[in-house]
Amino acid sequence: MINNIAYIVACVLFIVGIKKLNKPTTARQGNRLSILGMIIAVVAVFFERGVLDTWNTTDWTQNAYIWALGAIAIGSVIGLIWAKKVKMTGMPELVAIYNGFGGLASFLVALIQSMGEPDGGFDFAIALSICLTIFTGAVTFSGSMLAFGKLSEKISGRAIVFPGQKLLNLILLLGIIGASVIFIVPDINADLNIIAILAVTAISFIFGVLIVMPIGGGDMPVVISLLNSLSGIAVAMAGFIISNTVLIVTGALVGASGIILTLIMCKAMNRSIGNLLFSGFGATDSVSGKGPGTEPKAISVEDAYAVLEAASSVVVIPGYGMAVAQAQHVVKELAQKLEANGAEVSFVVHPVAGRMPGHMNVLLAEADIPYEQLKTMDEMNPQMPTQDVAIVIGANDVVNPAAETDTSSPIYGMPIIKAHECRTVFVLKRGKGRGFSGIENDLFFMPNTLMIYGDAKATISSLAGEFTSD
Amino acid sequence: MEIFILLIFIFVLAAFLGKELISKVPSQLHTPLMAATNAIAGITIVGAIVAIADSMADAGPLGRILSVIAIILATINIVGGYLVAERMLGMFRKKEDKDK
Repeated sequence: MINNIAYIVACVLFIVGIKKLNKPTTARQGNRLSILGMIIAVVAVFFERGVLDTWNTTDWTQNAYIWALGAIAIGSVIGLIWAKKVKMTGMPELVAIYNGFGGLASFLVALIQSMGEPDGGFDFAIALSICLTIFTGAVTFSGSMLAFGKLSEKISGRAIVFPGQKLLNLILLLGIIGASVIFIVPDINADLNIIAILAVTAISFIFGVLIVMPIGGGDMPVVISLLNSLSGIAVAMAGFIISNTVLIVTGALVGASGIILTLIMCKAMNRSIGNLLFSGFGATDSVSGKGPGTEPKAISVEDAYAVLEAASSVVVIPGYGMAVAQAQHVVKELAQKLEANGAEVSFVVHPVAGRMPGHMNVLLAEADIPYEQLKTMDEMNPQMPTQDVAIVIGANDVVNPAAETDTSSPIYGMPIIKAHECRTVFVLKRGKGRGFSGIENDLFFMPNTLMIYGDAKATISSLAGEFTSD
Repeated sequence: MEIFILLIFIFVLAAFLGKELISKVPSQLHTPLMAATNAIAGITIVGAIVAIADSMADAGPLGRILSVIAIILATINIVGGYLVAERMLGMFRKKEDKDK
């Protein structure tokens, strides 16, 4: 009774906590409310009857408290060290690992439950929940581990597509369903049930790998969101097995959250989930754009400085290339110099910039850029024509006007930041090659666009240096 | 079975609530949001603790070992997720704060 009330309190705290995450000013408070909810839920479970029953044993090895608290202590130390060590650029990998661990934990809960079959066999609903938890948990785990490998560049981030991939996926899915049916249907002998559940496990692990394999590095924000959602669904399914409402409610919240983020990412990339999961977009590297056949105009740092000095409004458009070049701190320095010079500086972040949703904002916040200066694409696009200078750093497809004008372009329809509408556009680029998607960028050839070739970090710091030497 | 239907009902309502809540989170906070929801998903630790209590009656050690692993994994998920969310949110500063 008491612990059920505690679960309700925990759920309310999670809900209010997530609600408060909708503003930078209240977000931290929201996170702390959610932590409080978690503490209450974990304390409450120690008052479940089954757990309490193990308290009065004389043999300490039979005491669930000792085992559980020991495991929590070990997990806390590992979690603490990792969370302290991680760099902000490494956040997507870390979240991928955490997703995977969460999925694996739910999977294990289901696996343990599947071993304790009562004499009359499992209730249909419980058996179904066990299969669903094992499936979602295992897919989350193996998929997340592969995503981690790709993100941390331990393995190639390229999309891998092979003939018959869809067919294989279908066969595996049918195998999972078949094995689940054997497990769920009553009156089949217990040994066969164990084999069936192990089959569901094995095929689900393989399925998770196959789902992430054909997705290229640039589409990782979607994969992370999707796996985040799956880890939540696994939790909810585990809640059905043990009839625990706090698992069901929180699992559903997280599942919905991940799905929403997935859809936002898909919309920002102008793709459907189906297209993204099964087409292997990142694998196509020979896409051609037309390009007018002329060379883009280049400009020197000194000349660029002259333009910047006269500008009264500057908009910075950072892409993941900025983070790769570790240029965010010099960018911040330049922004300060521009502001001291009387210009208004804002940063426009495309929803898919970075390796996970919102990643670029975190990287800029880390460089001490105040969040009021971080604008979304929708906020800033209408104001673009009034901006004097746009500085594009390490972004490419998200500023390609072909997405609006060229119906034959593979990115046609993708929402873009309208950098080309600014009076002058500086594009910082390492070399003359095409971007990562291999699409020719029409922006580079526009009359108001000037290219500054070279390492982004070096370019920005020499621009900032020009201001100082005045 | 009736309880099961009730649980599905709760699940569906919570999913809709989640959709409403998350739709209002601005894109600049999506990464901390994801770290936090990630930590919340670690609530599966509740299931793992229930499982370890059940496994105390088992003859073999398998259930116990698997439960301990599940608790460790879920704890890493919880502690790590909340801490990185906290770290990131600490970096989001207003202009005035920054100038101090």
